[in-house]
Formats: sequence, structure tokens, C-alpha cells
Amino acid sequence: MAVVVQASSVERRPAWYGRVPSAWWVIAVVALLMPAVTNDFILFQVFGWALILGMIALSLQFLAGYGGMVSLLQMTVAGIGGYGVAILGTSGVAAISLHLPWWIYIPVAIAIASLFGTLVGALAVRTEGIYTIMITLAIASAFFYFARQNYVIFNGYSGFNLVVPPHLFGVDWRQPMPFYYLALACAVLSYLAVRYVARSPFGLALQGVRDNPRRMAALGFNVTAHRIFAYTFASVIAAVGGILLVWQNAQISPGTAGIPAAIDILVIAVVGGIARPIGPFVGALIYVLLRAFTPDVLTAFGMSGERFKLLIGIGFLVIVYFSPDGVLGLWDRWRASRNSRVDPLTGGER
Amino acid sequence: MGEFMQRHPAWSVVLTFLAAVLLWAIFAPWPDGLEEVFGRKRIFLNAVFSGVTLGGLYFLVASGFTLIFGLMRNVNLAHGSLYLIGGYLGFEFSEATGLWLLSFVFVFIVVGLIGVVLQYVVFRRMEGEDLRQTLVTIGLSIVFADILLWIWGGQSYTILTPDWLSGPTKLPVISSIKSNGEVVYLSYPAVRIAILAAAIVIGVLMWLALNRTRIGMLIRAGVDDREMLAASGVRIQFVFVAVFAFGAGLAGIGGIVGGTFQSLSPGEDVRFLLASLVVVIVGGMGSIPGAALGALVIGLAEQLGSVYAPTYSVVFTFLIMAVVLAFRPQGLLGGGR
Repeated sequence: MAVVVQASSVERRPAWYGRVPSAWWVIAVVALLMPAVTNDFILFQVFGWALILGMIALSLQFLAGYGGMVSLLQMTVAGIGGYGVAILGTSGVAAISLHLPWWIYIPVAIAIASLFGTLVGALAVRTEGIYTIMITLAIASAFFYFARQNYVIFNGYSGFNLVVPPHLFGVDWRQPMPFYYLALACAVLSYLAVRYVARSPFGLALQGVRDNPRRMAALGFNVTAHRIFAYTFASVIAAVGGILLVWQNAQISPGTAGIPAAIDILVIAVVGGIARPIGPFVGALIYVLLRAFTPDVLTAFGMSGERFKLLIGIGFLVIVYFSPDGVLGLWDRWRASRNSRVDPLTGGER
Repeated sequence: MGEFMQRHPAWSVVLTFLAAVLLWAIFAPWPDGLEEVFGRKRIFLNAVFSGVTLGGLYFLVASGFTLIFGLMRNVNLAHGSLYLIGGYLGFEFSEATGLWLLSFVFVFIVVGLIGVVLQYVVFRRMEGEDLRQTLVTIGLSIVFADILLWIWGGQSYTILTPDWLSGPTKLPVISSIKSNGEVVYLSYPAVRIAILAAAIVIGVLMWLALNRTRIGMLIRAGVDDREMLAASGVRIQFVFVAVFAFGAGLAGIGGIVGGTFQSLSPGEDVRFLLASLVVVIVGGMGSIPGAALGALVIGLAEQLGSVYAPTYSVVFTFLIMAVVLAFRPQGLLGGGR
């Protein structure tokens, strides 16, 4: 099958820019020109945050969608990445921070977070399905409590403040516009990385492991190693997201990686749809928009603005109840039904 | 037990020795050298008894969780919310009527009915889709948590102990021996002893119901093979609803117990959900004796930890869980699934 596809695609293969759907070009142009049309709040607090949450949720999407492992650990890995930057780099807590240069602390923070993700992944892959959710949830909360109690390394309840990105190339990366472009670049890179890895031999084998681990083991693939490496890869993305998150908030505390935050990441990934890597970004945008604007809307309707959690919970329930594959699934079904209405004679094909 | 001894002679010796040391530490008066190292015996005894009592509470909450999971493969992550709902309802009921004992009945019925509604309206429609059910329970727990916060606000509530249970009671356990040879016995809050006794009674009753009655037989058969049970003509949906209602009711009762000897506030739902998770992971999924053992271990670890290593007492429990997972993923008493 694969041979046939390759043979036909070699014949007349359009240049790479011709193979990108036009919708993507529109999104790219809109994303690049966003700073020209919006204010700093929208840029920094809405889109910057959505891109970061999208990246962390993307790591969950990779694990859940391609690996079949729903992990609530991703926010914890992101938190460790953020803590790594705060501890190794510079922060307001000068007694703990090591003040290393940026080209050391960023890679080391990512490496530590990935190592943590890999180790916990090695523990979690001993279990399957819902057990994975429970175990990762338990470990995530263990980290939360540990960070809250430990004052020597994690500075306990208050965490670290004044954690800002380094001034590189004469740019203050915490200004809304540079930060937006930084987050956008990281998000696009991780999106492309997930797309690429999903189609690589490793990604295909991982999807095989998801669908039928027994058969893959019989074919000679090391099922456990594939799953653990999936955790490693996802941890790298989550760690980058975590570092950006710390830079955006300029602070990190145990609550950043608390249980509600971990569940929010799951909500984002599931609402967006875990079948495709774009889903988490859609979910993150919906979440951030809800979070930023529902208090106003609710107050306008005469309710208390604090009830946005209720709204998010109900929205999540409705999505899970009616469309297990998220908003993207709704979109797909709407398109399928529209297409089949256009040409009913040929039985739905176009 | 005998089978275990035959298969693991070395482990049985170690476990027997540990149990003997623990019993000695509880009942015998401590020599002075030991008190210098570990502090007063009274402190140790209080930690052990609090741990056992806390284990009783954890057992109440976790047994429903493990029963629901064992039968329906449904990880009910809204279990902590049921606990908190039960606690708040029990508080309101006993405040309004002054009848503490009756509030257990009231809460068991009301939270059980909530369980019936959940099982009948939500989970029955997505049977066999484990992941989706779990996600729905997460959504439900978010919604419940916010509704509870809406109604009862952020302050913490404590359910008042009735007069006949308040105050301390003397236990036949030696706390210390004074220099004049007078023996001091440990005194401990009566309500906690009552709660512990109730938890043990409920546990024994559950074990009897599961192993000696017809409905228990159906439940055990369902845990082993759901499809086969349905195929042999049992109306399994009724069993499901009954078990879900019972488990939810137990969580609600746990809420009253927790509200009586600790307090109720937002966030307790997550705490008890996590406790149930850890207890069930340590003890073994779907096993009632496993839940009892896990609850005891976790309760003791938490209380002893908070006395002897206060900073990291919470981390202890998760450490135990990680060790169990690493060496015995199915849990201490879990079947080989």
C-alpha cells in the first residue's frame, strides 16, 4: 500500500507550498499580522496564554491521541520546567536561584523536566487505560504537595516571583509583541514536530501500539520502550510550554501545577479534540476566551462573575457527552453532513 | 492466609515480626531508652489511633469507590464531590433537627439517589467506554465543586458531635507509668472510637453481604465477568444501579464522618478523591479487603508521618503508592488483572 502511494506521488508532486491547504495560509497570515490589529491585552493575555496552554495540551494530545495514554502529568512536567528556569536562572528569591546564564538554564530545565516525565512515564506505562489517569493524577498531586512543603528547593507555598525571560538580541521578550511571536514560534515548532513525529516510523509504531499492543509486540516492537519514549517527547513540549508560562506570569507557585490546572489541561485537550494536533490549540483558545470574557458576560446577565468554572464544567460535560472527539469532531461532522447534502446521489462522497 | 504463608515463608516471618513489634509498642509500657529516641509514648499512641481512625474514614469513602470501579469499570472521579455533598447535607440536617444519627440515614438516602440518577442518566448511556465515563466524571466534579462553592461558600463547617459522644473515653492501653507506679491509661475522643467501630462494622457487613448473600454473589460474578452474568439472564442494570447508589451513599456518610472529626470546605472533595485513589491503588482495585488494608496503611502513614516528619507527611502516602506500583502494580491484595 505504502509503495503504491509513494509511486503515484513521485509522478507529479507539487512544490511544498502548493501542498499546504489554503486555510493554513490564511491562519498563518492572520497569526503573523495579529499584533497590527489587536491591543496588548488580547495579544499577551489571550493569544499568548492560549498558545502556551495549547502547547501543554498538545503534549497530552500526542500521548492520548497517538499513544492511547491519557496522562494528567503534563501540567506537572510543565511546572517542573518552569521551576527549573526559576531555580537555575534568576528570580526574585535570590537565596535559592543560581543565576546561571540563559544558554545553560533553559536546556537544563527542559532536560530535567523531560527526565522527570520519562521516569514517571516508565512507572505509568506499567498500567493501562483508566489506571494511567489515576496514577498520573496521584503523582501530579504528590508533586503539588511536595513543592508546597519544600522550602529548600521549591520555596514552598509562595514559590518564585520576578522570573522573566532573558534580554536577548536587544529585545525585551516580556513585552507583549515579542512574547507573542516567541510563543507563536514555539507553538508552531512543537505543532510541526508532533505532525512530523506522528508520521515518522516511531510515530506509526506508536499508533500501532495504541491500537493493538499485543500484535505490535508479536511483530517485534518493544511496546514499553515506545510508550516511554512517547512520554519523553511529550515532556519536552510540555517543558517548553511550562517555561513560557512562567515567563508570561513572571511567577510560579505550587498552584501553577496543581490538580485543577492539570484537569484544565485535560479539559482543553478533550474539548478541542485529541484526534489531531490542532485540537489542543482550538480548545485552548476557547478556554482562554471563556476565562477572559465570561465574568463580564455573566455579570451582564446579573449573575456572579465567579461562576465561570461552572460554565467551563458544563461546556466540557456537553462536549464529552455529545461529541467524544471534541469541537474538531463537531466540525468534521458538520462538513460531512454538508457535503453529503450537496450531492446525495453518489452516496455522500462529495 | 495459610496459602500466603506457604508461598512466602520469609515474608510471613517478617510481617509477623513487624506486627508483633507494633502490638508490643502499643500495649507495653515503653522503656526509658525508647522514649528518649522516639519521644513520649502518648504521642505515638495518639498518632497510631488517629491513623487507624483516619483509615476507617478512608475506608468508608474508598470502599464505595472500589466497589463501583470493580463492577462497572467506572473510575468515578466525582466520588470526592459525593463525599462533600454528603458532608454539607449532613451538616444542614443535623443543624436543623439536632439529630446526628438520623442525618446518616438521610444523607445515605439522598446521596444514594444522586448516585442512582448519575448511573441511570449518564453512565448507562456510555457503558463500556471507560475513558469517556471518566471524562464525564471529571466534568461532573468541576460542576459539583462550583455549585457547592456557590451554595455553601468558602468557609469551613464542622458538624457538632452529639452530647452522648463528646468528651474523652479511657482505653485499656497503657499510656505511661508514673514514678509512683500509678498506671496512666490513654484517653481518646469517644466519637472517634465510635466512628472506627462503625467503619469496622460496615466493613464486616459489606464483606458478609458480598460473600454470603445472593446479591453479593451477583456482584462478585459481575466483577469477574460482566458479559457472562448478563448473558445468564441477570438484569445487570439493576445490580449496577444498586451498587452505584450504595457506593455513593457510603461516600455521603463518609462526608458526615469527615465533617464531624475534621471539617468541610471546598477542596476537601479533591483531597478525599485523591485519598480514595491512593488507597485503592495501594490496596488493589475492586477489592474490599484491599481497600481496608490500603486505608489502614495510608491512614497510619499520614498520621505517623505528620508526627515524626511533619514537612513531608503528605508525600509519604504518595511514596508508598509509587513503591507499590513499582513492585506490585495490581495492588497489595489485587487480583492478577
